[in-house]
Amino acid sequence: MSNITRRNFIKAVSSAALISAAGFPMLAAAGGKKQVVIVGGGVGGATAARYIRRADPSIEVTLIEPNKHYYTCFLSNEVLSGERKLDGIKFGYDGLRGEGVTVVHDLVTGIDAGARSVSTKGGKSFKYDRCIVAPGISFVDNIAGYDAAAAEVMPHAWKAGPQTALLRKQLEAMPDGGMVLIAPPPNPFRCPPGPYERAAQIAHYLKNNKPKSKILILDKKDKFSKQGLFQQAWDRHYPGMIEWVKAEDTGGGVMRVDAKAGTVHTEFEEYKPAVANIIPAQQAGTIAQTTGLANDKGWCGIDHKTFESSVHPGIHIVGDAAVQSPLPKSGYAANSEAKVVAAAVVNLLNDRDPGTPSWVNTCYSIVTPEDGFSVAMVYKLGEDGKVMKVAGSGGLTPLDSSPSDRAREVQYAYSWFNNITRDIFG
Amino acid sequence: MSVRRTLSIVLGSGLLLGATQLSATPPTASMLADTCVGCHGPEGSSVGPAIPSIAGMSAEYFNTTMQEYKKDARHATVMNRIAKGYSDEEIALMADYFAKQEFMRYPQKLDAAQVEAGAKLYDKNCSKCHDEKGALADDDAGILAGQWLPYLTYSMEDFTSGKREMPKKMRKKVEKLSSSELDAVLQFFASQQ
Repeated sequence: MSNITRRNFIKAVSSAALISAAGFPMLAAAGGKKQVVIVGGGVGGATAARYIRRADPSIEVTLIEPNKHYYTCFLSNEVLSGERKLDGIKFGYDGLRGEGVTVVHDLVTGIDAGARSVSTKGGKSFKYDRCIVAPGISFVDNIAGYDAAAAEVMPHAWKAGPQTALLRKQLEAMPDGGMVLIAPPPNPFRCPPGPYERAAQIAHYLKNNKPKSKILILDKKDKFSKQGLFQQAWDRHYPGMIEWVKAEDTGGGVMRVDAKAGTVHTEFEEYKPAVANIIPAQQAGTIAQTTGLANDKGWCGIDHKTFESSVHPGIHIVGDAAVQSPLPKSGYAANSEAKVVAAAVVNLLNDRDPGTPSWVNTCYSIVTPEDGFSVAMVYKLGEDGKVMKVAGSGGLTPLDSSPSDRAREVQYAYSWFNNITRDIFG
Repeated sequence: MSVRRTLSIVLGSGLLLGATQLSATPPTASMLADTCVGCHGPEGSSVGPAIPSIAGMSAEYFNTTMQEYKKDARHATVMNRIAKGYSDEEIALMADYFAKQEFMRYPQKLDAAQVEAGAKLYDKNCSKCHDEKGALADDDAGILAGQWLPYLTYSMEDFTSGKREMPKKMRKKVEKLSSSELDAVLQFFASQQ
C-alpha cells in the first residue's frame, strides 16, 4: 500500500533538493531565534511542540501536519462499540496555536539534513536548527490483495478517523449471526494490546445487538500483550463469542484477501466474514522511509538519551516510528518520549547537556464499561545508553483483581484520556 | 509504632543511603514530574473524572503516599506498580515540584441537597483535622476540597472496607456515620471551588 521503492526514495530526495536549488522562499524568521520544525502533529509531535515552548518560549516552533484534526487511536475501539462518538476522539490544533506554536497544514515531502531544511507538498520550505520527526506508522504490503482500495472494503482502522467510522458502519450493518474477522499484525506494531481490546469492544456491541454473531481473530503471532487478562475477560464477559487462533495453527495467519469477493485467506482456509478488519504489518511513517531515517526493517534508529536519529544528526525521532524498545509503541510512551526529546532539544539549543531522561508508560484496556485493566512501567537510561525498565517497577493488573478495582481502572482510563489529551493538545 | 512513623524512618534512611551512593545525575524535578502529568493532569491538576489532582499536595504527604505505594502498604490499582519505579531521591524531587503547583478545581456534577447535608456533617465531624473545608495541604492528608468525587469515594471505600488504615480519630468519626452520610460529606468536599 505504501511500500516505498528505491526509485521513490531517490525521487523524493532529488525533488527536495530541486526545491532548495530553485530558491523557494525559506520561511525562517528573522532575529536569529532558534527554530524547531516538527514533522507530524500526532501524540509525539504535538506534545513536543508544547513542551519546547513551555521550557523556552524564545524558541520558535513550527509544526507541520497535513490534517486539521487528529483522531486518537487510543479509545477509538470504544467508537466501534458505540460507547463513544467519533467526535470524542477528535482534537484540533488551536490549543497549540494559543501557546505560540506555528501550525502549518501541509505534507512534508522532503528533509534536507545537510541544509537543515524541510520542504512540503505545498512548495514551502522551512529552515531548522533542530527537527523532530514524529510520523507515526505506515503500512507494509504483507497481505496480498490488501491495497488502498481494499482498505475501503476491509478497513484496518489502525489510524483513527474515517477508517474507524467505516468499521463502525459495517458493524452496524452486519446481520445477527455474522462473523467479524480480525487480522492483527505481526510485531512490532502500534498499540500491542489494541486488536484484543478491539475484539472485546466489538463483542460488547454484538452481545447487546447481535448476540448470535462471532469474532474470529486470525493472528500473525503466537502470543500477544496482556494475553491472560484478555482471555480471562473474553471468557468472563463474552463466553463462546471470541475465538483467537495463533499464527502457528494457520501457517501464519491471513496471507491474502480478495476485497471484491469479500474473502479472506490463510494458507489453507478461505473465510467470507460479514466484516473483515485487516491490520497490515507496520513500519515508520512514510517520510521516515523516503528520507532514509528508517533502517532496513522500516523503523528509525535513535540514540536513546536524546532520541536523535542515528542516521541524520539534528533530527530527533519520537513516537511509534522510533526503535525505542523496551518502551512500547503506545500513546503514553509517545507522550513521555516527546517530553524527553523536548528537554533534550531545548538543552542542546542552549548549549547544555541534554539531561537525564525518565520515561513512563501506562496503558489501559477497556473490555466492558465496568471492566478495565492496565500495564505500567517506569523506564530509565541504562549505563549502556539504552532505555531500560526500572527493575521491580510496573507490570500488569493482577488476574485476580476485584471487580471494584476493575471498574476503577475504567474510570482511571477515561481520566487518563482526558488528562493526556490536554497534555498533548493544550 | 504507627505506619506513618515507620515510613518516615524508612524514608529518612533511604535518603541517607541515596546520598552516599555514587550515581549518575538524577533527572530534573520537572523531567520526573512530566511522567506523572500524563495521568494526573497539567501540572498535577486532573481534569477528571476520577484520577486525583496531586498539585499543591504537601511534600510530606506526597512522600508518605509514594512510600506506602512502594511497599504495597496502601491499596492501589496502578500506583503501587508505578511508585516502585522511582528512587526515594526522585520521589522527593517530585514531591517538592508538585507542592509548588496550584490545585486547579473544575466543576463537578453534584447533588445540591447532599452537599448541604454534607456541610453540616463536615462541621461536626471532620473540620477539626481537615480544616478550611479540606483545602489545606496538611502534612498528613491530601487536599480534599475540590478533589474528584469518584476518587474521594474510592478512598472512603478503601477506608471503610479496611483496605486502607484510618487514623484512630478518623475511624471514630467515620464509624458513627452512615454510608449515605459519608457520601454527603464527600460531595461537600468535592463541591469546594
